[in-house]
Amino acid sequence: MSSAAPRVGVITFPGTLDDVDAARAVRRAGAEAVPLWHGDHDLRGVDAVVVPGGFSYGDYLRAGAIASLAPIMREVVDGAGRGLPVLGICNGFQILCEAHLLPGALIANAGMHFLCRDVVLGVENARTAWTRDYTAGDELLVPLKSQEGRYVADAATLDELEGEGRVVFRYRDGAPNGSSRDIAGITNAAGNVVGLMPHPEHATSGLTGPSSDGLGLFTSLAAQVAA
Amino acid sequence: MTQPQVTVDSVSHAETTPDEPQPYRELGLKDDEYARIRDILGRRPTDAELAMYSVMWSEHCSYKSSKVHLRYFGETTTDEMKQAMLAGIGENAGVVSIGDGWAVTFKVESHNHPSYVEPYQGAATGVGGIVRDIMAMGARPIAVGDPLRFGPADADDTARVLPGVVAGVGGYGNCLGLPNVAGEVVFDPSYAGNPLVNALCVGALKSEDLHLAFASGTGNKIILFGATTGLDGIGGVSVLASETFDEAAGGSGRKKLPSVQVGDPFTEKVLIECCLELFAAGLVVGIQDLGGAGLSCATSELASAGDGGMQVDLDQVPLRATGMTAAEILSSESQERMCAVVKPEDVEAFLEVCRKWDVLASVIGEVTEGERLVITSGGETVVDVPPRTVAHEGPVYQRPVARDDVRQDALTADGPERLPRPETPSELRTEVLRMAAAPNLASRSWVTSQYDRYVRGNTVAAHGADAGVVRVDEETDRGIAVATDCNARFVALDPYTGAQLALAEAYRNVATSGAVPLAVTDCLNFGSPEDPHVMWQFQEAVRGLADGCAVLGTPVTGGNVSFYNQTGTTAILPTPVVGVLGVIDDVTTAVPSGFAGADGDAVILLGTTAAEFGGSEWAHEVHAHLGGRPPAVDLEHERRLAGLLAAAGADRTLTGSHDLSDGGLAQGLVESALAAGHGARIELSGVHDDAFTALFAESAGRVLVTVAAGDADAFLARAGEAGVPAARIGETGGAVLHLGDGVGELALDELRTAWEGTLPARFGPVSV
Repeated sequence: MSSAAPRVGVITFPGTLDDVDAARAVRRAGAEAVPLWHGDHDLRGVDAVVVPGGFSYGDYLRAGAIASLAPIMREVVDGAGRGLPVLGICNGFQILCEAHLLPGALIANAGMHFLCRDVVLGVENARTAWTRDYTAGDELLVPLKSQEGRYVADAATLDELEGEGRVVFRYRDGAPNGSSRDIAGITNAAGNVVGLMPHPEHATSGLTGPSSDGLGLFTSLAAQVAA
Repeated sequence: MTQPQVTVDSVSHAETTPDEPQPYRELGLKDDEYARIRDILGRRPTDAELAMYSVMWSEHCSYKSSKVHLRYFGETTTDEMKQAMLAGIGENAGVVSIGDGWAVTFKVESHNHPSYVEPYQGAATGVGGIVRDIMAMGARPIAVGDPLRFGPADADDTARVLPGVVAGVGGYGNCLGLPNVAGEVVFDPSYAGNPLVNALCVGALKSEDLHLAFASGTGNKIILFGATTGLDGIGGVSVLASETFDEAAGGSGRKKLPSVQVGDPFTEKVLIECCLELFAAGLVVGIQDLGGAGLSCATSELASAGDGGMQVDLDQVPLRATGMTAAEILSSESQERMCAVVKPEDVEAFLEVCRKWDVLASVIGEVTEGERLVITSGGETVVDVPPRTVAHEGPVYQRPVARDDVRQDALTADGPERLPRPETPSELRTEVLRMAAAPNLASRSWVTSQYDRYVRGNTVAAHGADAGVVRVDEETDRGIAVATDCNARFVALDPYTGAQLALAEAYRNVATSGAVPLAVTDCLNFGSPEDPHVMWQFQEAVRGLADGCAVLGTPVTGGNVSFYNQTGTTAILPTPVVGVLGVIDDVTTAVPSGFAGADGDAVILLGTTAAEFGGSEWAHEVHAHLGGRPPAVDLEHERRLAGLLAAAGADRTLTGSHDLSDGGLAQGLVESALAAGHGARIELSGVHDDAFTALFAESAGRVLVTVAAGDADAFLARAGEAGVPAARIGETGGAVLHLGDGVGELALDELRTAWEGTLPARFGPVSV
């Protein structure tokens, strides 16, 4: 591999909000953040993609539904099939589920309120493209901020996820949004696609976040691409 | 479906029908105001002109009752205060320089009445409106905040209004991607039929990128961009619609829409990014947002502030309803719209940027020679006016101003001295717990956990802290701090002093976070200007605020007046909400709120404590009492205190800090202890001989700070040199708050349960 910094694409849809934060986290991990535009059919040769949080297309129809059909997402789906590392955060997680890169769905929080709160996540799978810098059992303090953050799937899917070790993050003190089995983040069978509802990109510095615990997702990726 | 037939009331039609009766009174115009319009035009106004004048000459847009008083702000602004100001009162928002070529713009506005009618949309569009004001200065919005006031927490209607308002603030601001970092939630019976929903926005820009609202350069194009224009938010102008439509008008082709506007934050988010790209590309000569009074306001203000006339064709305005009249198009308050002045050669590039963001944009007119604003519709001229007479030369009232001596003297005479006080250690301890759980003092987490405080990744401090602190420049860590405050009970007792206390508290909160206070914005919420006592409150509050700003050296750069806040003939408590903005050279030195340092830090109280209970939270909560005198205010002391705090913050001497205000030292200690879970052992005798006074008095100019134990003596000496009274009253540590033998101790768990339980018990759980 080349010695240049890994190039990580960060997608902006109309209504994307946390793209600046995802790009900052990528840079802090020593990688180069490459802006990707929703209407383009071009991944610009990136080594990985972050689908950031926000309210893409105003959450019209269903959160993530329209974005999952955007031209850039066609490329992301194809790339993911070839093993391209993809991370979906919050609205990005919703988009990856809508695009069927990950199973299940995100629905309105059980409390029916938007919820902005710091949560403790337990790392359960430290083998994915985005979690290799962690050890299973690590605890991360990261912000959760969402209206539709309740992860649900049918029992067979949940059993399969748990059976295959594909639950990547779980809410340590119970899911405040009512997510099934306290699941906060999952991966696909190959381990290159990860989606989670809380925001690791907002936990890369104690100055502007509750901790720097979330930086590990981005350093995991950077180290893997560089290797 | 057939389109309803629209009769156009053109200028030529108006000239030939001089005696046609017009519903000017229904539109809120007085007889003499209508006569003046006829005088200006030399004929009767057309329906469209009448719509424009009536809305632009309304209290909300023209400041006709407040103008004569607001001039005092300008008269008291010294050259020193003007130094940092790049734009002031009269622009969409004030702009101040914060150094390194950076400038910030900020403003607070009211959206009170719509939020009572329709809490969610009223609050949401309040956020949307203030954000567009900030965008119109060429700035990127970087933070919002919301000072909110409601009726009693246990009132049925508060359970309707509060959750809707909070969801609206969150629903709009969260979707815009703006961190909510400051604000207040206050309960008082006077707001029961008239909640106050004020919205604050802060924006940042490079000083050279400042954009002002004016239409300059003959031939330049007027471009309307953003959402389509519809029938929402038209309000009173609908009386014109019913007159100009034929019989079919009320039929299937049209439907009545609510007078409260409906917001679409997604459209606004895209509009923000689109505007910033337009600014960056240098494609904008002048810009104005469309808020209250819609196109009437935007076209007349742009034309009035420019150096020529303007021609606008309403047929080019994209509509979302069919058969709208010219008056309706001009009055519509459909949200998420902006109006720009663009050089002809830049129009194509401008439209290209809008296409990239899928933002609708239409050239609707151009800057013309001469001094007339001419608007056409369906090929006919429907407006032909001198724009200054619409936008800047509206009526000015000298409303009667009279202190109601009987009422005010009785209020002053009814002091809090007679109120029974807790005396025994057990009673005092119980009172601390009770106050911690009071609706006005309890944890605001029920509200603030519905707001995104993290987005954009620059939030250093938000709710729960004394001031919101936001990084502006990632390279240098330069940032700003902002706080809003007002104890309206103090203002009721003495409007002049009360307004200064509000100013002092917001100023102190900014300083407590480690920033240097720089500028002021205000949102002056009062009752009816037709009530001479209300006008006395208003005049006194304005003078108090302006005189206070002169002492502190912080100019008022802009703000908003909201009158007619009353239920029946009963006015709200006079509520001049004051926002103070400060600059912090290095946000990594921002002082955390509360006992944030190590166990064993020294706890030091800055300022002096006297038996001041008039208008206090204790008198309100325990005795439902309001009377006497508010606490004394000493602005020279506040200035010295702020200087000490900024210096000791910048050199990292302070490990934590917290302003003392509502609820006094007791509440300050509770919040400081719960902030990071550090208890403390406090000796109240170091505060005041009387334990009750030490705990609950609300003397101004006080801040609790912590320093490492080894730094305590040096810091006390430093405070002495700065002329700030300081007393070491205890040390941090442990899981209890120990208040000495005269009171006893309270476990943090017990305090947390009391403090956090109140709002969820009233309004239901936020999460599972």
